[in-house]
Amino acid sequence: MTEQTFTESDRTDGIEPDMVTADHAPPSEAPTSGTQPMNMIQALNSALHVKMAEDPNVLSFGEDAGFFGGVFRVTDQLQQKHGLTRSFDAPISECGIVAAAIGMGAYGLRPVVEIQFADYIYPAYDQIVSEAAKLRYRSAGMFTAPITVRSPYGGGIFGGQTHSQSPESLFTHIAGLKVVIPSNPYDAKGLLTAAIEDDDPVIFFEPKRLYNGPFDGWHKNPVSPWKTQDLAQVPTGKYTLPIGKARIMREGSDVTILCYGTMVWVSLAGAEHAGVDAEVIDLRTLVPLDIETIEASVKKTGRCVIVHEAPKTSGFGGELSALVQERCFYHLEAPIARVTGWDTPYPHAFEWEYFPGPERVAEALKSVMTGGR
Amino acid sequence: MTQHKNAQPLSLRVPEPSGRPGDTPDFSHLKLDAPGAVDRPPVGSTPYDMRDHAFRLIRVLDDAGVAVGPWNPRLDAETLRKGLKAMILTRAFDDRMHRAHRQGKTSFYMKCTGEEAIAVAQGMILSREDMGFPTYRQQGLLIARGYPLVDMMNQIYSNAEDPIKGRQLPIMYSSRDYGFFTISGNLGTQVPQAVGWAMASAYKGDDKIAISWIGDGATAEGDFHNALTFASVYRAPVILNIVNNQWAISSFQGIAGGLETTFASKAIGYGLPALRVDGNDFLAVWAATQWAEERARSNQGATVIELFTYRGAPHSTSDDPSRYRPGDEHEKWPLGDPIARLKQHLIALGEWSDEQHSEAEAEAVAQVRAAGKESEAIGTLGQSRPSVKTMFEEVFATEDWRLIEQRREVGV
Repeated sequence: MTEQTFTESDRTDGIEPDMVTADHAPPSEAPTSGTQPMNMIQALNSALHVKMAEDPNVLSFGEDAGFFGGVFRVTDQLQQKHGLTRSFDAPISECGIVAAAIGMGAYGLRPVVEIQFADYIYPAYDQIVSEAAKLRYRSAGMFTAPITVRSPYGGGIFGGQTHSQSPESLFTHIAGLKVVIPSNPYDAKGLLTAAIEDDDPVIFFEPKRLYNGPFDGWHKNPVSPWKTQDLAQVPTGKYTLPIGKARIMREGSDVTILCYGTMVWVSLAGAEHAGVDAEVIDLRTLVPLDIETIEASVKKTGRCVIVHEAPKTSGFGGELSALVQERCFYHLEAPIARVTGWDTPYPHAFEWEYFPGPERVAEALKSVMTGGR
Repeated sequence: MTQHKNAQPLSLRVPEPSGRPGDTPDFSHLKLDAPGAVDRPPVGSTPYDMRDHAFRLIRVLDDAGVAVGPWNPRLDAETLRKGLKAMILTRAFDDRMHRAHRQGKTSFYMKCTGEEAIAVAQGMILSREDMGFPTYRQQGLLIARGYPLVDMMNQIYSNAEDPIKGRQLPIMYSSRDYGFFTISGNLGTQVPQAVGWAMASAYKGDDKIAISWIGDGATAEGDFHNALTFASVYRAPVILNIVNNQWAISSFQGIAGGLETTFASKAIGYGLPALRVDGNDFLAVWAATQWAEERARSNQGATVIELFTYRGAPHSTSDDPSRYRPGDEHEKWPLGDPIARLKQHLIALGEWSDEQHSEAEAEAVAQVRAAGKESEAIGTLGQSRPSVKTMFEEVFATEDWRLIEQRREVGV
């Protein structure tokens, strides 16, 4: 692959305020106080502080999540502010963490647990998949697990194989789980608040590449801070965003890009780079999926590109592609294209060859604009 | 590569039970304390001070049916009779449901023959407000608490009145009102959940405790060890039972590590107190559970109890134990039968008789038969079932578009 060099003037700092359409789902409750610029970590932290202050049934725990506030500091000061029994450190036992949360949820609490990296979620897989996801169904509603499992996920931070994975499709496949992935501070707080209030178990993946800034997709560019972004103006009070509602990040008429998490920003950059008038849809929640928004957009544009970090085979893009084909086949003017991670383990030294970047997105956009490869 | 000359070749050990089909049952390896021989430590004892209790065996009833020693819970005759009747009813229920399977009325059944004292005694001690996290052999808990037999059977038959709408295997009950957490088929998962539930009660400053059960085989699951860590670290008010019934389907308890140490002793490494109890002795089970309950309720944390017993029946209706163990091993179990022993005790007290026992058995059979008729009138497997519409309900709190579309595809 040929490395291209970009100058400062070539880069896009991500979305401009006018690229964000009125499709912001309105806050369900008007913020009681003003807004302030926050990065995603601060926004998530704010969601936890606000919910814990409001509801004594909300508690938070995980590895290093108590006194220290989490290795990424998402749970910072929760213990100091809300007490030792409300935010505490857990043993290095992801299975135990999730299982304990399930028991607490069955009791009537709303625990929010942190799995330090999504790559560590596998020891907890059985408890999430066989237990949390199934309690309501198998007990005919007698027992439920209204838990939130938070976990930083995805690549782009040189984390190697075990700090970079995107396991979302392992959970979207499981009946009974909701899967939420925000792409910016404003959504992160509103969606996390909604996840905590949700009566079903929610897997909440936080794109760690976006924790501190809105990664513009070009890894050689300096990272701009979130505060330069409109979406970093986060209400300090409580608000929720509905789980199951996508956000149109950029309106366009040529092609629909379906993406989530870090790939929202990569897709915006890719569209810019390709010079294609793409409609960029941030799915925000994979389950439940906002099929209406997807269907309306693809029927309008007639083309679809799907972008995710996870490997291609059996990735969520496969599901999206099938849904678009089932519902929009006669509107399609080109085959659906997928831009994804490769079907390899996540390689440390080849991170930027693995990570889907704006160039690969642009390539796919150009390809579907000319009728496919 | 280094050549290890003159080195002894290594060999792999695979443990084997003391007898296989055709062999004479041999329990000579068991070290059974005499009834009354094990002391009763103060409830506040440190796990270190009472570590011997993880290796001894708490027994109360002697061979003559007399309650002896410091663990005698001194129960009144009415409580003893109530317990005995619940055990008799549990066995009668098991027998009828096992036959129902043979008659093709259900797909599956699991008896708890020989283990009735455990769920019945523990179900009687704890309140319905406490939460039990059972395995598939604690039906005695529901029966001791008066859960309707018809409801149990409706689930076993997956009929139109199945309380959990045909979604679970027949014996995987669920009842919040009776303190019975929904059973999972994945073994051991309930134990750390019980710890979490107990942590929640403590977090809220409530007075409810949790109790869980796991089989000897499933102690090899990571969930069990995670549960012990959490219970110990957060001092959760929970009773963690290990029902050592000697067999995990066809694998004897040595395959789960039972030859190397006792299951109770696994608690020691976690800093938890452990009691090892004759699980066929209603009074010993009662006394040990009461000890653990007092410890939990007084905020001193969790107790691990190994209940030493023998699974008399097949693992399930899909199992034939004559293929892997001596056919008469259960009859030779040196700790006897829990029903026979409690019966003997009550008779020795002058509070029961053979006639009363026969009457109680007949009553239990009649009660089960009546419930059976009622349930069978609603339908056995395949004769009736909940509406197919319910298949799509309660996946989430509310149906999403996929479920609505798929339900319509089924035409309901």
